[in-house]
Amino acid sequence: MSALPSAAIGLTIDDAHIKARSVVETRQDAFFRALLFAAATLVLLILGAAAASMLWGGRLAFETFGWKFIVNDEWDAVGHQFGAFVPIYGTLVSSAIAMVIAIPVSFGIALFLTEIAPTWLRGPVGAAIELLAGIPSIIYGMWGLFSFVPFMAAYVLPWVDLHLGAVPWIGPLFRGPPLGIGMLTAGIVLGIMVIPFISSVMRDVFRTVPASLKESAYALGSTTWEVVWNVVLPYTRSAVVGGIFLGLGRALGETMAVTFVLGNAHQLSESLLMPGNSIAATIANEFTEADSDIYLSALIALGFLLFVVTFIVLAIARLMLYNLARKEGH
Amino acid sequence: MSRATGFYYRRRRVTDVFAKTLGVAATAFGLFWLFWILLVTLNNGMHALTPAIFTQTTPPPGGEGGLANALVGSFEMSLLGVLIGAPLGIAAGTYLSEFAERHPAWRETIRFVNDILLSAPSIVLGLFVYTLAVRSVGHFSGWSGAIALALIVLPVVVRTTDETLRLVPNVMREAALSLGIPRWKVTVQVLYRAAAPGILTGVLLGLARISGETAPLLFTALNNQFWAPSLNAPTSSVPVVVFQFAMSPYDSWHALAWAGAFIVTVFILLLSVATRAYLLRNRFDAAA
Repeated sequence: MSALPSAAIGLTIDDAHIKARSVVETRQDAFFRALLFAAATLVLLILGAAAASMLWGGRLAFETFGWKFIVNDEWDAVGHQFGAFVPIYGTLVSSAIAMVIAIPVSFGIALFLTEIAPTWLRGPVGAAIELLAGIPSIIYGMWGLFSFVPFMAAYVLPWVDLHLGAVPWIGPLFRGPPLGIGMLTAGIVLGIMVIPFISSVMRDVFRTVPASLKESAYALGSTTWEVVWNVVLPYTRSAVVGGIFLGLGRALGETMAVTFVLGNAHQLSESLLMPGNSIAATIANEFTEADSDIYLSALIALGFLLFVVTFIVLAIARLMLYNLARKEGH
Repeated sequence: MSRATGFYYRRRRVTDVFAKTLGVAATAFGLFWLFWILLVTLNNGMHALTPAIFTQTTPPPGGEGGLANALVGSFEMSLLGVLIGAPLGIAAGTYLSEFAERHPAWRETIRFVNDILLSAPSIVLGLFVYTLAVRSVGHFSGWSGAIALALIVLPVVVRTTDETLRLVPNVMREAALSLGIPRWKVTVQVLYRAAAPGILTGVLLGLARISGETAPLLFTALNNQFWAPSLNAPTSSVPVVVFQFAMSPYDSWHALAWAGAFIVTVFILLLSVATRAYLLRNRFDAAA
């Protein structure tokens, strides 16, 4: 039976035609699916290829210097001696300062946006804080160089040198000339830059706490602070840590703002008031000046180290954040 | 109330007020920097803004000029970055949301990797594109700059597309499929239409992110004091010019850097405010 007469609507439905059409459509579907699959796989390929290409580009430096590349603090472009310790140290220290500032402030902002502020204020203030994340890092850099550095040099650093510099144990960290540029300034600017990232994650996860949990605690007579500290924070702990690591990942890889205010000096100094260097700033400053293969390779090897470190930090962040999502039942 | 309970009660109240005060102070601290940075940028930028900015090319050291070539270069590379990155991102996001139901492990792996790519340092992506498209070709070019920017747009669009499509109710898919429509048509003509506001938001967010990006352009597009003859040649962009001019010792270059910073900041602020307003207006259409 090849044709089905349909008296009611006066049409004949052609079986062969339907079959042909469904074959075509199946083929189109398969093609569409393959296309989308390729695009999704590309995302994976990009990350893998980025890692592989930097490992390959940096192989000359890794082969020449071996593991000493990481612990050697000599960076001599003329003598072709490259050790990454100064930029690695600078990256870690400036990010640590950033975290010391950003974690408590972000927690305070999340607290304000979820518990303290009147409802009508939460939207606008939250949007304003998120605008901080939208400002490009080059603007942070320019503002840092032309406004914040002079401000630090004139008002903050002399005080730091005089008072914190006199404190036993940590004193040497804060002793030095008030240059303005340096590790402390860079750390503060980085801290400001990551506040919106950490605070928006904290705010979002604080909102996921079931109202019944919070209300039970309030019903027992808890204060707002006790609810946040004893109910909200334990419930969201892993996601809060995830948000912090997300901010850390940002701070480690931040380039332009740090390049402006860190001072770009390949020297190791005890004081946080002295200029230093970071991995990203070294690459940004010196890449186009690299005049020898080993110099270029050393810079790409630095990029590879940065990639590995941020990958680990961001992977931890994501795993921590997924934990809460799973608890939520998504 | 005995004396002891009164003491504990008061201590709890004091702690609570203290914590709330710190919360307000932290918020004020965050907003303080926002206003300081915007004020400095807008103030310095306003004073540096002249008609010559839009008509003349970037000057030699210490000279007078404008940013016309950098503005056009930025426009071209950002546009190309979005044109390359957005379709790929939409396709990948669609796969994750619609077509990966039989490969959940693969889907979660790609989501995980995309999330990492989303926050990966942009300078690392610049290095990658350098080895991919500059070293292999032998010279810096606007095209490689556009590719680097596309790599930044891509994960943003993947994520928003994935999330928006997942918000589209299943009823819509089932209704369309029950009519015998093939899946690709359901996706393109039904789901994309429902999710369009969300996907567009993702594309605009991607555009906002790349229009201020400097690090990935430093060693892909490099810079050019004059008009780039084509995207095959080194191409100047506003952020890279701002970087170069701000770090220089010349006052005329500083003024141009502020003007560039002003244009970039205003563009990004307007874009993000417009995106936010657009999303607020359309959010319920997408979810309904």
